[in-house]
Amino acid sequence: MFNKKFMEELFKPQELYSKKALRTVYDRLAHASIMRLNQASMDKLYDLMTMAFKYQVLLCPRPKDILLVTFNHLDAIKDFIHDSPGILNQVDETFRQLIQTYSCLSAGEFQLIRQTLLIFFQDMHIRVSIFLKDKVQNSNGRFVLPISGPVPWGTEVPGLIRIFNHNGDEVKRTEFTTDGNYVTPQREGSFDLYGDRVLKLGTNMYSVSRPVETHMSGSSKNLASHAKENIVPNPLAKEELNFLARLLGGLEIKEPGGSETGFRLNLFTTDEEEEHAALTRPEELSYKVINIEATQVRTRRPVLAGIRADPSPPVEPSESPR
Amino acid sequence: MYESDGSIMVYWHALDSWDGVGQLHADASSGLSAGTSSGLVLVFDIPPKGTNITVSEVLEQHHDAITDISAELGQAPDGAGDLVTADDAGTLCIWSTGEEFTLLSKIPASGCCCASVKLWNGIVAAGYGNGQIRLYEAATGLLRAEVNAHARWIYALDLAPQTGKLLSGAEDSFVHVWKLSRNPDTDNVEIEHCHAECVTDTQVCGARFCDPEGNSFAVTGYDLSEIYCYGRA
Repeated sequence: MFNKKFMEELFKPQELYSKKALRTVYDRLAHASIMRLNQASMDKLYDLMTMAFKYQVLLCPRPKDILLVTFNHLDAIKDFIHDSPGILNQVDETFRQLIQTYSCLSAGEFQLIRQTLLIFFQDMHIRVSIFLKDKVQNSNGRFVLPISGPVPWGTEVPGLIRIFNHNGDEVKRTEFTTDGNYVTPQREGSFDLYGDRVLKLGTNMYSVSRPVETHMSGSSKNLASHAKENIVPNPLAKEELNFLARLLGGLEIKEPGGSETGFRLNLFTTDEEEEHAALTRPEELSYKVINIEATQVRTRRPVLAGIRADPSPPVEPSESPR
Repeated sequence: MYESDGSIMVYWHALDSWDGVGQLHADASSGLSAGTSSGLVLVFDIPPKGTNITVSEVLEQHHDAITDISAELGQAPDGAGDLVTADDAGTLCIWSTGEEFTLLSKIPASGCCCASVKLWNGIVAAGYGNGQIRLYEAATGLLRAEVNAHARWIYALDLAPQTGKLLSGAEDSFVHVWKLSRNPDTDNVEIEHCHAECVTDTQVCGARFCDPEGNSFAVTGYDLSEIYCYGRA
């Protein structure tokens, strides 16, 4: 997807894609992977993508923040592929092109881009369950626009009126109040290749664990409000996947430096419980530990190696879609 | 340009390939002016009868896309000018119209896009992308008032000429009503806040008074297929 030629085409000044054209590009991209989706699933995925993107563009505090949202997307992608230097290079190159093309645009030009995108998404009000759960979308499909929180970088908190005389001296100050509850922002997001973007829009909206919705009257309000955003990827998740890859024999064992020594199975709720259970285990239930060497050299697992090379299942026309 | 019933096209003017018309403004005294995305302001001479429309002037003071044009809505004090043009960078130009357009003063950009501007009794009211409203003296270009009005981009400004009421609408979903006045003793420009209205979950894109005294106004927003009208209770 970050192929140089493809990116060159994308960066040429051009009209916005039509809805049909965008859907076609999206279908092609999705099917370029091992994903196989039936029409209904593809429609749902596309709806999810468009509504999520609409949300991100709409809620941008400043027009220039659409660039920060894009950088958040790319940062997340770079994290997925950090082990593949070839693709990483391509993404970094795309990053540089974005910085070169867009960094010097004025606020007005960014607003024009943003408005053009918003026109594309106009009148789309598909309800997305994660947005409804988090109370960022109303049941009528419209997004919630908060009237509190930090003001955009470069904006002052509303309320102050200053009057100047003909010499330029400030002669009067008055204040007005509204229902809004705004605060000054702490810092500006970074527009460099690496940096803290500050803005959360465009980060992984599924990175927070949410409690499963149960039908308890009165407590459902708390479920959404306690979902804190966690933009750091779960290191154990990566280790789990690495372990799976090692089992399949496809990945060299790398011992990462530092305290994280990998994935360990614990059948108890906490480590303390596990230790306590080990200490209080009755003697008569002694057991022997059997070591199973799960990692095997490739040549000893030809079937598995075959599956790893081509994971797509044999095509059967009569197969019912997943 | 078309006949008033839209039936016949009476005039067309071609622009350079990358130019586009951003703003149109028409009134009896200054005629028709069109602002383009390259910063040019074209002034058209429309005769009282017939369709012999010509481009009478091309004003080249702006270097960025024209965002708004406003004519004097009240009574201009002497030397105050009767047309103001605003651009993407935030530069404001005040003109006196007549046989020829003359630049009276130029307010330099201050790092923020000016999306909306109004001229009333020699006071320029400008709404900026950073949520501020600023009032300038049209004759001198001096800053007379600064309001931290909105938490987001101000899209719309309107002015009720009979009372000096100013309406501002922004992406923060708020619409504010202000009162402009001039202190007769100090000659200072004054602005006070009259009313705030929150159009819940709506990014306000347009706001206009419905009467010349400013007792009622209408609001439009992104993704909104309705026009909301507000009136004094």
